[in-house]
Amino acid sequence: MTVDRWRRAVPAVVLFASGIALWEAVVQVFDIKAFIVPAPSAIVAALFSEWPDISAAATGTFTSALLGLALGTALGIGAALGAVRWPMAREGAMPLAIAANSTPIIVLAPVANSWFGLLSPWSSIVVVAILVFFPVMINLVRGLLSAEASELELMASYAASERTKLWKLQLPGALPYMFSALKVAAALSLIGAIVKEYFGGSQARLGQYLTLKAGNFQFEEVWAAVLVAAAFGIGLYVLITLAEKRFMGWHVSVRAANV
Amino acid sequence: MSEPAVTLRDASMVFDAAGGEVHALDHISLDISDGEFLSLIGPSGCGKSTMLRLIGDLLVPTGGDVAVRGKPAHQARLDRDYAMVFQAATLLEWRRVAANVELPLEIMGVDTAERERRAAEMLHLVGLDAFAHNYPWQLSGGMQQRVSIARALVFQPSILLMDEPFGALDEMTRERMQMELLRIQEQTGTTIVFVTHSIPEAAFLSDRVAVMSPRPGRLVEVIDIDLPKPRVFETREDPRFFAAVTQVRESLRAIEEAT
Amino acid sequence: MVQTTPSARSKPLRSPHRLRTIVSFSLIVLTLALLWEGYKWMGQTTGGVWPGTNVGLPVRTNNRAMPHLWDIAAALFRPARSGANEEILLLTLIKAGLFTLRSAFTGFIVGSAFGFSLAIWFIRSPLAERGLMPYVVASQTVPLIAIAPMVVIWGGQAGLPAWVSVAIISSYLSFFPVAINALRGLRSPPATASELMRSYAATPREILTKLQIPAALPFLFPALKIAATASVIGAIIGELPAGLSVGMGRALLSFASSFSSAPEKLFGAVLIASLLGLTFVGLVALLERRLIPPTRRLGEEPDMLVPGTARA
Repeated sequence: MTVDRWRRAVPAVVLFASGIALWEAVVQVFDIKAFIVPAPSAIVAALFSEWPDISAAATGTFTSALLGLALGTALGIGAALGAVRWPMAREGAMPLAIAANSTPIIVLAPVANSWFGLLSPWSSIVVVAILVFFPVMINLVRGLLSAEASELELMASYAASERTKLWKLQLPGALPYMFSALKVAAALSLIGAIVKEYFGGSQARLGQYLTLKAGNFQFEEVWAAVLVAAAFGIGLYVLITLAEKRFMGWHVSVRAANV
Repeated sequence: MSEPAVTLRDASMVFDAAGGEVHALDHISLDISDGEFLSLIGPSGCGKSTMLRLIGDLLVPTGGDVAVRGKPAHQARLDRDYAMVFQAATLLEWRRVAANVELPLEIMGVDTAERERRAAEMLHLVGLDAFAHNYPWQLSGGMQQRVSIARALVFQPSILLMDEPFGALDEMTRERMQMELLRIQEQTGTTIVFVTHSIPEAAFLSDRVAVMSPRPGRLVEVIDIDLPKPRVFETREDPRFFAAVTQVRESLRAIEEAT
Repeated sequence: MVQTTPSARSKPLRSPHRLRTIVSFSLIVLTLALLWEGYKWMGQTTGGVWPGTNVGLPVRTNNRAMPHLWDIAAALFRPARSGANEEILLLTLIKAGLFTLRSAFTGFIVGSAFGFSLAIWFIRSPLAERGLMPYVVASQTVPLIAIAPMVVIWGGQAGLPAWVSVAIISSYLSFFPVAINALRGLRSPPATASELMRSYAATPREILTKLQIPAALPFLFPALKIAATASVIGAIIGELPAGLSVGMGRALLSFASSFSSAPEKLFGAVLIASLLGLTFVGLVALLERRLIPPTRRLGEEPDMLVPGTARA
């Protein structure tokens, strides 16, 4: 099984290696300027020379993203539990949440800056939390309500309490929905934190770093920072996928991926 | 005979539907004795599943009374007097087979050691000891339904309510499951109310067969099945079996001609 | 068999149900407005602390940080810039919104078409899927704002107007949900359906056009709704570093910088930007209502779209 999984990864790996090689070759042969596309070797060189600045900026940004992700997820879970507990509230809250999720929430970034202060970590955390809140709430409500009629009848036949029904039936059944929301939320948290910094904030943050370097046409540095941000995003995604395998091995999506 | 296990007195059920009221059940009166195997049979829409759910307090009758072991159906549900088995096995996909069987005991607060002991006993009863640690999706449809029966019996309910439990199984599996169910009933003395579409199944399993007619759902006839117990493989070749099948069939045909 | 699920007992008719939804919805909007004004009033009364404590409120409640809702509404109808004959803010914002919508819509069309083509390519070539899928997923973890300046420069080198570059940035966000859900939809017909087609000796192209694409349509619309929002987000973010003098991104930047003197303008811009997203998604939803029969619609709300979460 593992051998087979490695073999399945071969096309992606080959493509990656040949893509990088081709990129490097094209830049070298046609002498393409760095402001169009820097060579991979130049990006890696910039990554090493700029590491102190980039790592400091990235640490600050990623911390905000993670804290916002945690806060937004916690609030989203709370709201979903409330919405499932009180159907009247749900009927109003769900359309509202879906509507809010259709708006570019990221535009709240400048508002948060002026509410919490440009340099306050809260302005980033709150923006990310709001971005994350809606997909988590919407998906979890849907997941909690996904129990089938016969499953609910089964619980009723045991005279199970609401609490028991939630813990034994609805929450486990909602896990697949929760994990797919978390994957979306993880990507949003990174975008949210960086865009918020674009509207202003500490110089030692990725958003400001990128703005500064792009403004100075130092594109090797820009690409190096993008690389770090993407690595973080992919790392977060992989972590969630691993958690999914750990807690949701029974689910068809995880099973199918393992066969 | 002692007091009946189930008593329906003038039980009626009216649903509000888009096109007006639907009389699913119309003044049903019936006593089901302790330890009896009673089948409900009738064309689609005759309310047999509704009747099963009235007995189980999953629906509340709009008229009349339903009593289980001398108390209101609602109290009987709170006392965990009965268990349900559906056409779909309705196993929770995140629980292994043994954990699925333990579910009702968990809800009823039985301690771990006792739960494991009784689940193992039940899995032995349905011949699935070897599969205790498998997930439901690793089992065939017939095996899943056996798990579902084990789960229903694990807390020793006095009444088993079965809604077309073998409807989705192939003929061979179905006959084996029928034998198994009768064997289990013999060992446990459980009263069984059994909804089915199959005339031979009703005749083979039952002490009595209740024939129902649709729109409005009425009890047309309760047929005593004159077959020796225990029923064995050869019972299906007994002339009295054919007589019973014919009697049920004629009763159903009379309904069809009348409507 | 009579429907016997507990919910069948009191199956609500369609119109009262919708009415109730509208009422609950309005109540919640009203509650949010009251919370805003109530919080503001509380802060003004207590001098910025929680009542009975010395704990400061998280957000200041003065007219600068939290203008009265009616002041925001009024600001929409006053000139956007000082000067008697300037157009009102609402008009400025609508113009900005339409400019952004052009990029977003173009990005939406290009991105959706690209995503759908990618899905078709993937079902026909497992090798392509295995080689490219990881990068399709990874592409969405790259923070868009970071690549936006480079796309603008590439567009400028190629002689494209800036709004086209913004459209390209926007398509980068919108292709993803479409690709993922289209792939899921194209794979949705059961094996028996493909066997039926093969029994007719149908060509792969016929299987695609007569079976797989029709089966994928219901899956497509939830993805298009997500893509619509994503394309608006992409266009606004793309405008930030593009150095445009018009558009919603520009409006947000300039009103953010003048926040201390005229906060209502920023809130007005936030309001209009939100409406932009809602309108776009609403249009896609209308199209879905027209094209997909109710029995084949996959729920009112867009599904979350991440690979590996498809229910079998």
